[in-house]
Amino acid sequence: MSPENNIKAQNGIVRYLKDNMGTLIGLFAMCVVLSFTTNGVFYSQRNLINVLRQVSSNACLAFGMTFAIITGGIDLSVGSILALSGTLSAGLIVHSGFSVPGAVATAIIIGTCLGLFNGFMIAKTTIPPFIVTLAMMQIARGAAYIYSNGQPIRAMINEYQIIGTGYLGPIPLPVIYMLVFLIACVILLSKTRFGRHVYAVGGNDKAAIFSGVNVARTKMLVYTMSGFLAAFTGVVLCARMASGQPTAGQSFEMDAIAATVLGGTSMSGGVGKIGSTMIGVLIIGVLNNGLNLLGLNSFWQQIAKGIVILLAVYVDMLKKRRK
Amino acid sequence: MAEDNILLQMKHIHKKFPGVYALKDVNFELRAGEVHALLGENGAGKSTLIKCLAGIYIPEEGEVIVKGNSHIMQNVADSQAHGISVIHQELCLVPYLSIAENMFLGRERNVAGFIKRGQEAEEAKKMLARLGLDFDPNTLIQDLSIAQQQMVEIAKALSVKADILVMDEPTASLTDKETEVLFETMRQLKAEGIGIIYISHRMSELFEITDRVTIMRDGQYVGTVNTRETTRDQLIAMMVGRELTQLYFKDEVKPGEVVLEVKDLVSPPFVNGVSFAVRAGEIVGMSGLVGAGRSETSHCIFGIDNRYTGEILIDGKPVHIRSVRDAMKNGIALVPENRKEEGLVLINSVGYNLTLTVLHEIFRGRPLGNPKKENETIAQYIHELAIKTPTAEQLAENLSGGNQQKIVIAKWLATKPKLLILDEPTRGVDVGARAEIYGFMNELAKQGVAILMISSDLPEILNMSDRVLVMHEGKVTANLSKNELSQELIMRYATGGGTANVA
Repeated sequence: MSPENNIKAQNGIVRYLKDNMGTLIGLFAMCVVLSFTTNGVFYSQRNLINVLRQVSSNACLAFGMTFAIITGGIDLSVGSILALSGTLSAGLIVHSGFSVPGAVATAIIIGTCLGLFNGFMIAKTTIPPFIVTLAMMQIARGAAYIYSNGQPIRAMINEYQIIGTGYLGPIPLPVIYMLVFLIACVILLSKTRFGRHVYAVGGNDKAAIFSGVNVARTKMLVYTMSGFLAAFTGVVLCARMASGQPTAGQSFEMDAIAATVLGGTSMSGGVGKIGSTMIGVLIIGVLNNGLNLLGLNSFWQQIAKGIVILLAVYVDMLKKRRK
Repeated sequence: MAEDNILLQMKHIHKKFPGVYALKDVNFELRAGEVHALLGENGAGKSTLIKCLAGIYIPEEGEVIVKGNSHIMQNVADSQAHGISVIHQELCLVPYLSIAENMFLGRERNVAGFIKRGQEAEEAKKMLARLGLDFDPNTLIQDLSIAQQQMVEIAKALSVKADILVMDEPTASLTDKETEVLFETMRQLKAEGIGIIYISHRMSELFEITDRVTIMRDGQYVGTVNTRETTRDQLIAMMVGRELTQLYFKDEVKPGEVVLEVKDLVSPPFVNGVSFAVRAGEIVGMSGLVGAGRSETSHCIFGIDNRYTGEILIDGKPVHIRSVRDAMKNGIALVPENRKEEGLVLINSVGYNLTLTVLHEIFRGRPLGNPKKENETIAQYIHELAIKTPTAEQLAENLSGGNQQKIVIAKWLATKPKLLILDEPTRGVDVGARAEIYGFMNELAKQGVAILMISSDLPEILNMSDRVLVMHEGKVTANLSKNELSQELIMRYATGGGTANVA
């Protein structure tokens, strides 16, 4: 699975291109079509950076989701954890007098702990991940509403806002976060022992147990990580809006699942790559952006997204069947 | 050869895969009323040929003639419509449905969509009775033993009015008595003019039940012989392409110190007070009937079952084993009974599987691993165990059973164990790979590894063991030394000390 297993080592980039041929061609085709239909607006630097910023939250959630799905599970709670951590970060500053770093750290730690709780329940009981995270989705969303009294918590504090609105050179900070997590997750999944264990748990958890893999710990780590990424994303999103929104991140889990599946990760576990998920994220992002530029309303975007998901997964299955 | 009673001819069948195995110019013929065995090592192409017949694969070249009509099967329904029924090795029953519901799955007896349960149950009962089975057709599949499920599978296959019946290792999980019942049924089917293609590794069965044998090797047709005119040695030679002079390799090794000692191991309901010891360089066979608690005992020693009571000593010192990692730290390795479920991550590569047990060494002090060391380890074990794979990147599921088993053995040898527990080490493994596995065991014993071999294969137990422990109902009922070993004695203790000629 990972390149270092090949005795006649295949070039990593060649392999990546080969494995993701279908989605890459799709992405490329979309870009070409958009460059014609938008008279080049799509290809402006401004717009491309915009696309990257728009996809950054979904990317971070999708990275965590990819880990969860490779272990044969799923994490439905990411959108709600995102909302809770976001509102907490704003609320702790505005209502509880926390310093900005203190509030941000606390909000992220709480979100991460909810992920850990997911992982604990999944690893130590036999409740399926779908159910555990479905429950957490409700609980965290409810908690976000209760904490914020159902209202957005405005936090017009420069030091806080900058987390979401800042730039590093020409690149928005959320894009930087995304790239950092992208690299970290690629390494974690393809190069580390933990990554190997993730594939083993999803590929055949019984064989993993018989091989001395700590299956419970691996699952706990995966959901903790997913919780952390969701919490982090929530803080960035709310900082950008200068407001803790308890309604933030609604149905974000679905976009994250869509991106993961578009990238070719198998819902039955054991197969998947972070790099491929990133392509899935970009396809959804470019689609949204392009349809916006073309002036199509968001209801049509949803239909388009649905069709693209069906098409992409179907093509992927055809490809695998031919093998 | 009378042309009129030929049911099926497969001529010059070619099937290519991007993976490992293919069919090259394979011929096969089946007459009405004969049992025709398809023999070959795992990976020889038997299953691929069957899948070409069942419409699962479509051959690129060649001709299939069924009852005079030349027709390549396009899908499973097409094949069934031509009277071909396949009983696959893996059971294909829905566990939460009843026997009757499974039998009529997809062709439910109904009136306007409402199922006629009574009629289904009645017909199912008749079909079961034909096999000499007295099961209540309303029993859920999950409440049946594997052997019973197998019988239901056969009854189901027969119920679709097939005149070509394919049986892929039907006896692998059957007891001798059940096998006898099955053979009786097969003889009856023969008399009715049904042609049976029979796949089995059990040589003795071939001589008991088949009329002809077609041998395949490496995806190619080797030859067809009349069972009555051939010998076991001739068949094996045709299968492996060389004279296999010896299957079992076992040198005398002077046993060393006690490596493993187990005292009063209890883990209800299968393990009820097990005590024994294994010395360095010793191969201790563990025999017994299914459900005697052999695998369960090994699961205690290996830390998979962590609720047992009793004492485990390694090198004379009591050790605390409550997880597989604990067991591994104490130099214990277990090659599990079921390689597909417990041994391998099938959808991952050969290399990945080989190093899964030694990741702690490859990643020691290096968070990103040591690719050089990893590749060396992989290459070393692929070489040492002669694992037939095009590259280390090949997915484990694409390898033959024998090669898969070698991967599981290799991944445990990589941990350099002091004690190696092998649970059914050659189940579903072809003759060539079996001989190799016995060779490895012999070699390991000579190097001083203590080996505990759980096996239901009596010739294997008799030929490979220095000593045999027999288990019955969760207890060790006999500890037999090499010179007192006999099949009858083992069976007597395995069945609870009854009469000697149970087998």
